[in-house]
This record gives sequence, structure tokens and C-alpha cells, in this order.
Amino acid sequence: MSTTSISALVDAEQGSSLWRDAWLRLSRNRPALAGFAVLTLFVLVAILTPWVAPYDYAQQNLELGATPPSADHWLGTDIFGRDLLTQIMYGGRISLAVGFIATAVALLIGVSWGAIAGYMGGRIDAVMMRLVDILYALPFMIFIVLLMVVFGRNMLLLFLAIGAVEWLTMARIMRAQVQSLRQQEFVEAAVSLGLSPLAIIWRHVIPNALGPIIVYTTLTVPSVMLLEAFLSFLGLGVQPPETSWGLLISFGTETMEEYPWLLFFPGLVLAITLFALNFLGDGLRDALDVRGAKD
Amino acid sequence: MWRFIGSRLLQAIPVLLVVITVTFFLVRVAPGGPFSSEKAVIPEVKAALEAQYRLDRPVLEQYIAYLGDLIRGDLGPSFKYPGRSVNELIGAGFPVTAELALYALLVALLIGVGAGVVASLRPNTAQDYIPMSAAMIGICIPSLLLGPLLILVFGIYLDWLPVSGWGDMPGDKILPAITLGAVYAAYIARLSRAGMLEVMTQDYIRTARAKGIPEWRVVVVHGLRGGLTPVVAFLGPAFAGLLSGSFVVETIFQVPGLGRFYVQAAFNRDYTMILGATVFLSSLIVVFNLLSDVLNAWMNPRLRSRAGQNT
Repeated sequence: MSTTSISALVDAEQGSSLWRDAWLRLSRNRPALAGFAVLTLFVLVAILTPWVAPYDYAQQNLELGATPPSADHWLGTDIFGRDLLTQIMYGGRISLAVGFIATAVALLIGVSWGAIAGYMGGRIDAVMMRLVDILYALPFMIFIVLLMVVFGRNMLLLFLAIGAVEWLTMARIMRAQVQSLRQQEFVEAAVSLGLSPLAIIWRHVIPNALGPIIVYTTLTVPSVMLLEAFLSFLGLGVQPPETSWGLLISFGTETMEEYPWLLFFPGLVLAITLFALNFLGDGLRDALDVRGAKD
Repeated sequence: MWRFIGSRLLQAIPVLLVVITVTFFLVRVAPGGPFSSEKAVIPEVKAALEAQYRLDRPVLEQYIAYLGDLIRGDLGPSFKYPGRSVNELIGAGFPVTAELALYALLVALLIGVGAGVVASLRPNTAQDYIPMSAAMIGICIPSLLLGPLLILVFGIYLDWLPVSGWGDMPGDKILPAITLGAVYAAYIARLSRAGMLEVMTQDYIRTARAKGIPEWRVVVVHGLRGGLTPVVAFLGPAFAGLLSGSFVVETIFQVPGLGRFYVQAAFNRDYTMILGATVFLSSLIVVFNLLSDVLNAWMNPRLRSRAGQNT
């Protein structure tokens, strides 16, 4: 989904008040706004990390060792004397990148799949959705572990594997939307004007199905981030020298008795991010009045 | 009803075949054979080992032989633990995982349904907000964080409960069960709240109240059956989640279950164990999804005809 089509849509809808209403409803929802603010902050920090991080990522100070939070090291240091805040910032780059990129992969596959199936209908639809049903029944967590073992632990594969798991629900939601949309007069008008199916899907169907897609996308990001944390925690995801929040929590767990802050702060950051995403997702769902997207 | 179950069973067969085939070939194309790590293996020994594990035959023949073994319920020998079969390893690990998952599910259902129903009785009051905020916290604190935190607080600072093992000390099953069940308790609370809110406005509830049935009976007997439908539909996916969640929880609490074996097998590149465990867990998940669907159809007769038409 490109931003141009969203803004084009917003321009086209100036007269009607659907999106403005939704924005009004969202702006009255304090938890959702707070979630949005926190996310924006975290994403900005993640992007700017190489410039704003207080210390060098790899810089060790073995003499210092693990120290609790202090004026020099706001969140303390780990057993190698590395600044924990710096570690968390660099870890956040990876955790957030996995969250957003894998969700984008899921979005791309799911939306196209669902739109084509829903628009074509008939046998093509039946075959495509039956495939989704079959994939739904697979134990994907196990499969991702398997993939990481077989192909080694590389980041690109992690993105693709997680994205490939999460597109299924997106495809179902999109198909349901398209099925109800294609009965509408404006789509029939486009068909009678001789537009190709692809053009109709892209120009008329997808923009009108944006609400549920936006909501579900927001709710997919936290589940993707959890999956990454889960894999890294088991040692099957992100590998040192790279780091992620899941990996930091995993290391923090090993020494939590002596140095609890090494577990506490990475955990806190992950939990705050998940809170922010869930609040924003719930808020968007209420604002756009989408029913049935997750619970 | 039987037609419904039959059609669902038929759907399960291709799913399992896909799982078995994909896993089998993935494991075969994995770089590095299972014996390549052992240094200085005499060629004859290596050949004998490969013959024993049928690795000297063409892949297709191996595949067909594996399918044949599977039908007889034989998952083959373990690569890593010579002399032990995958069946034995699963047999040792699975009862532990099943027990853990069962306790976690009980925790999730008791807390989740309780909190959800309580919240639904007075929507948009403190009685609603407090349990629902707790549910939000439960969703945002994943097991890999909750487990270590519980260990730190209840195991180390307060020293109330043992922090590792399974059945070795009294109470060592409490923390793993809570850690694994917490997220599901939170989801079930949300689902049962939404389900109850919808059901309690329906005509038959009004009728029940009009007949003078006590309110608790209206809620428990009349409300729950309809209100818990979303929870029942969630049980299948929840079970799959509990099994994969056990990977992390068993690792944290050093519980000797299937999840921990699986992760260890992944690190050891014990391919037959991975293959066998994947097939086993997938079959379980497919079966539980089926059970959840059937239970749901039984509680909600309208679904039956709809599902029948789809297949």
C-alpha cells in the first residue's frame, strides 16, 4: 500500500466525512494517541540510533563490568561493561524492523491474495482459499524453528518466514471485503467502462477496503515482534553480535539474580511497545468501526 | 453432524501429508549431514551408519519408506541418541508437555472466563475496566518476560516456590502453568466478555428473566452456553499456541518436556527427532482444531449446515 493512494483517497473523500470522523474519534481516544506518540518516539530513536546512542555499540569495559543504573549509564551496564541503553537502542532497531518489514511482507501477500480470490470468485477463489485453509492448520511456530535450523539463522529468512506466516488472516479479511464490494454499483460501473480486473482491484477495491487492512496491520505488528522475541529468546533468531530485545531479555534472564536491571529494562521496553501497538490497534478499530479483526 | 466430522477429517489428511512431505524434504536439503559433525569417522562406520538410517538410498525411496514407517506409527531412530527411537523420546517428553498444557489451559479458562463474565455484567464500570486492564497487561507481557519475572519475585525474592524442575518438589508446577496460561487467560477474558455482552441482550435471556429465574442462573445456565461460543472456537488455536509456547516455558523452567527436546534437537541437528516431533505435533494440532470445530458446531447448530455447504 503506497502512501500516495491513501492521500489520493483522502483528497477524493474531502466532501464525505468518513476519514475525518474516524480521525476525530481516534483523537478523542487518549490511550490510542499515547500509543501512537510512544511508537513514533521509538521509531525515531531507532532510526537515529547511530547518532543519538550515548555510547559505541561494541565498546566494552571489562573492568567496569555490570553496574546498576547511574548518571553515566542511565540504564546500567551489562557484564562486559557495555552501556545497556545503547544495547536496547540498537536492539530496538532490529526488533522494530522485523515487526514492520515482516508485517509489510504479510500485508503485500495477504492483500493481493485476498483481493484476487475475492474478485475472481468461482473456482479460482475456491482453490486459493482452500490453500489458505490448509496453511491455517499448519503449526507454523514449529515450521519457523525448522526453517531457522535448516537454513541457518539469517535475518532475511526471519523476515520472510514470519511474513509468510502472518498473511493468512489478512487474505481472509481482504477477501471478505472484496466480496461485499464487488456487488456495489461503482464497481459494476467500472466493469462496464471496460477497466481491467487488476485496475479495478487497485483503483476501486483496495482503497475502499483500507479500514480493516489498517486495523489488522496495526494488530499484526505486535504478534510479529513477539514471534521474533520468542525465536531470539530460544537462540534461534537474531544472533550476536547483532542484538534484539528478545535476545537482551534472554541474556538478562541468565544473570537476573545478580543484575536484575539487565532483564528489567529490555523487558519494559518490549512491553511498552506491545502496549502502544495494541492500544493504537484497538483505537483504530473503534475509530474506523471495523468489526471482527481479531477478537 | 457425522457428515460434518467426516468432511473435516478428510480435510485433515492433505494437511498432514503436506506437513510430512515439506518437513521431510526440508530436512533432507539441510546443509551438513547428521554425521558430518563427528570428526574422524571411519568410512566403513559412516557407510554402516548411513545404511542403518537408509541415507544411502535415493531420496524418493527414503521418503516412501518413511511414509510406510509412519503408517505403522514408527518415527524412526534418533540421530543424536543412538539406540533410542524418536518414539521413545516423544513418549518421554510428551506426557510432561501435555500435563503442563492442561494446567495452563485450566488456569486460562478459570481466570479468563471468570474475569470476562464479571466484566460483562457491568460494562463500562470499574468492575469492567479492572479485569480488562489486567487482560491487556497479560497480552503485553509475553511468557518469555513473565516467566523470568515470576521466578525473580516468587522464586528468589520471596522464596515461596521452586523455580525449576517438574514433579521433583511440591509446587514446582505452579509457576510454569501460570506463565504458559497467562496470555490465554487474557485472550479468553476478552472473548468471553464480548460473547456475554452480545448474548445477554438477546430475547431468550429477557424471557428467562421474565420467568423469574434468579439472575445468577440466567448468567450461568442461559448466558454461558451462548456467550462462550467464541471461547470454544478459540480453544483449537489456543492449544496450538500452548504447544509452541511450551518451547519457551519449558526452556525457562527446565521442564523435561517435548518443547525442550524439540529446541535441543534443533540445536543438535537431530533431524529424525525434528522430523518426528514436527509430524507428531502437527497431527496433534490438526486433531485439536478438529475437536474444537466439532465442539463449536455442537454448541452452535447454525454453523453445522454452513460448514457442510462449504465442503
